[in-house]
Amino acid sequence: MAWGELEFAAEDSKMRELAIKGLSKKYGGTHALVGVDLAAHAGEVLAVIGENGAGKSTLMKVLAGVTEPDAGQITIESSPHRPENPAAARLAGVAIVPQEAELAPHLSVAENILLGCEPTRRGLIHRSAMYEQAKRALEQVTTKERSIDCRRLARDLSPSERQQVVIARAFAQSNLRILIFDEPTSSLTAADAKRLFEVIQRLKQQGIAILYVSHFLEEVMSIADRYCVLRDGRLVDQGMIADTTATALVAKMAGTDVAERKRREFINRGNVVLNLRALSGLRLPKDVSCELHAGEVFGIAGLVGAGRTELVRAIFGLDPVKSGKLRVKSFEGPLKPAQNLKLGLGLLSEDRRGEGLAQQLSVTQNITMSKLTGWGPFATSKGQQSSARTFIERLSIRCRDPEQPVSELSGGNQQKVALARLLHHDVDIMLLDEPTRGIDVRSRLDVHRCVDELARRGKAILLISSYLPELLSLCDRVAVMCRGKLGEPRPVSEWDEHSFLMEATGVE
Amino acid sequence: MSPVSQAHQIWRRLSRSPAFGPLVALLVIYGLFSALSPNTFVGWINFTTMVRQTAVVGIVAVGMTLIMIQGGIDLSVGSLVALTTVVIARSIQGGQGAFTAALCGIGVALIAGLVNGVLVVSLRITPFIVTLGTMSLARGLAKGFAHEQKIDARTTGLSDLMVLSHQQASHVFPVGVWIALAVASLAAVMLGFTRLGRHIVATGSNPATARLCGIDIARVTILVYLIAGILAGLAGVLEFSTLTVGDPTDSVGLELEVIAAVVIGGGSLSGGQGSIVGSLLGALLLTFIGTGCTHVGLPNWVQEILTGAIIIVAMGLERLRRSR
Repeated sequence: MAWGELEFAAEDSKMRELAIKGLSKKYGGTHALVGVDLAAHAGEVLAVIGENGAGKSTLMKVLAGVTEPDAGQITIESSPHRPENPAAARLAGVAIVPQEAELAPHLSVAENILLGCEPTRRGLIHRSAMYEQAKRALEQVTTKERSIDCRRLARDLSPSERQQVVIARAFAQSNLRILIFDEPTSSLTAADAKRLFEVIQRLKQQGIAILYVSHFLEEVMSIADRYCVLRDGRLVDQGMIADTTATALVAKMAGTDVAERKRREFINRGNVVLNLRALSGLRLPKDVSCELHAGEVFGIAGLVGAGRTELVRAIFGLDPVKSGKLRVKSFEGPLKPAQNLKLGLGLLSEDRRGEGLAQQLSVTQNITMSKLTGWGPFATSKGQQSSARTFIERLSIRCRDPEQPVSELSGGNQQKVALARLLHHDVDIMLLDEPTRGIDVRSRLDVHRCVDELARRGKAILLISSYLPELLSLCDRVAVMCRGKLGEPRPVSEWDEHSFLMEATGVE
Repeated sequence: MSPVSQAHQIWRRLSRSPAFGPLVALLVIYGLFSALSPNTFVGWINFTTMVRQTAVVGIVAVGMTLIMIQGGIDLSVGSLVALTTVVIARSIQGGQGAFTAALCGIGVALIAGLVNGVLVVSLRITPFIVTLGTMSLARGLAKGFAHEQKIDARTTGLSDLMVLSHQQASHVFPVGVWIALAVASLAAVMLGFTRLGRHIVATGSNPATARLCGIDIARVTILVYLIAGILAGLAGVLEFSTLTVGDPTDSVGLELEVIAAVVIGGGSLSGGQGSIVGSLLGALLLTFIGTGCTHVGLPNWVQEILTGAIIIVAMGLERLRRSR
């Protein structure tokens, strides 16, 4: 080995705070991470970017000790890092700032910062020492003008202050080396986000390696020094931010091999059945205007957290509407869910487990829940069973019998049960929120077939999906949502994956 | 700082303390019954009697407060009190001294609390269900151990716990009440000023965060149920001293009265909230209502309606205060 090389290697190992080699993780049949090699240096911001489901979160979870990798090695300052739990990862100097800051709302700021390592004296908590330590940790994060009182309760803090407390906790509880931010700006206002960037600059100067996970390329371009792009669990590109452009990053995120797809033939659309005018929710969505026609499939693309779910929940009456107008057919909204269902507007929730289905109940009961067939006030089991059988057959739901509890079905079949409820209710306007997320290919095709058939029969469908090929093959028109705002709807023929990502990631 | 603004400051701090609501309610109820029955309700003697009657519920409420702040609940405490009285009576019958008998009783309750905690942690069943089971279990044990009847036993020593003899008039309260107050103070210090106490609050407030910060949630949970068991045992000793017999059918429904006291005192079923002082005031409030209704001559059913109304009004006011 030449002298120069040796010197370089020494220099390299000194600077290298974190080194990842061949990291792999499999969830069921899907590869979340495949042989990822990555390094992060002290005092730099490394942006980790990629589309939804590219493997970013899995990578961060492995580092923070939330999940264990199947293969690969992680070293921090050349000592191996294999934490069993988040507390162990923190002891090793790795802390994560999650999307929603996690604090104990009933405890004070100081107690939250030193939770689990409170200073004590003669068995009692040493209050003054605790406030002193908490203050010192907070000073690393906040500026003098915007300091946070250690005695305040965590539940009285703003989202931005909560985030700062979480960062301060990382300082107080460990010899902090690596700090991971997971989509830190998604719940912050623009001013708070700016403040966060100032905090990150301060942390950088203290020689901490920062991993910054974000969808928003503008942010990444302004805050990061280096970047790495993940796609389908693989590291596809890395380099210096100064040497790249947002457009080039988008191309890396999307990949070049866009699959051949079959477009839906355009069908003449009918009257406007759902009309939104400058609709705003409490936080999201913001100022959304659009029209949905009978017989069309209107797609909404966007990244996770853009406010798409909040939009359909506001339309359906589950979330409050702050301002703006909403008309369902000829009725001025916002209406309650029960009224919406009566008018023929139904919602397919993205959360099958939590609210979409009653997991303990049978397939039949779930399908007929919103509209019980029978005689007068009596719901006859015969009537219910016959309608359930119809839909089991029509959507090819695979279950032992109609009385089997939904919880025993696969994800795809559960989703078809949820869809069957809307069909059984015979709604005219369907809000479908991520109808094919996490389901197998066959079920996905069944759902696609069903959506297509419904549109042909004159139903209006609002389809939210993070899977771009799906939007491109199913929809007539598509609009992209970014940070709560809905972009211009355009015919599907004018979109491709590249233009989607440009708009969704906020690149002008 | 001017005296006016200083007074304002003090008022603000006072009105923000968690025990403020129950204290106001207590004063209002006391004032109400004093007006309705000025001859019998008002006065030092009646007050000390009511405090003495609150001792058992109060001690159990201290344990329940810890459990509810941690995010759990314990339905078995009533049965544990009854079981303790039976164990004490049996031990005395078996020739043990008063002190040893009391220790036996508390020991049995301690084991029961430990069992509650271990079951909640290891089976991952909600505490409501686990303690519903142990409630019936402990009640059955008490009845079996007592052959389904009250057990008479010499109460030497123990009966003095809840009685104030003439020589001790300067002590204000009987020894049992002082024990209860001492235990409550210890618990309050533990909750507010020790690591364990703050970890109990953190666990109830946000278990995910507590785990992230390396708090051993299983240990905290087991300890909380263990402490509640010991306190139920101590309450059983006082109950035995009042009853002077071991009674397996005693204290049925005590758990609900205790939960009511904690909730009136600012506790919440969702964890993270509550205070020892608040719960004690809540327990005292329930006694005031009971005694007051008797003095005024209101029947038992009115008393129950009043208690129910107060719980709901207390919750409503708390909501209002929070939303402002």
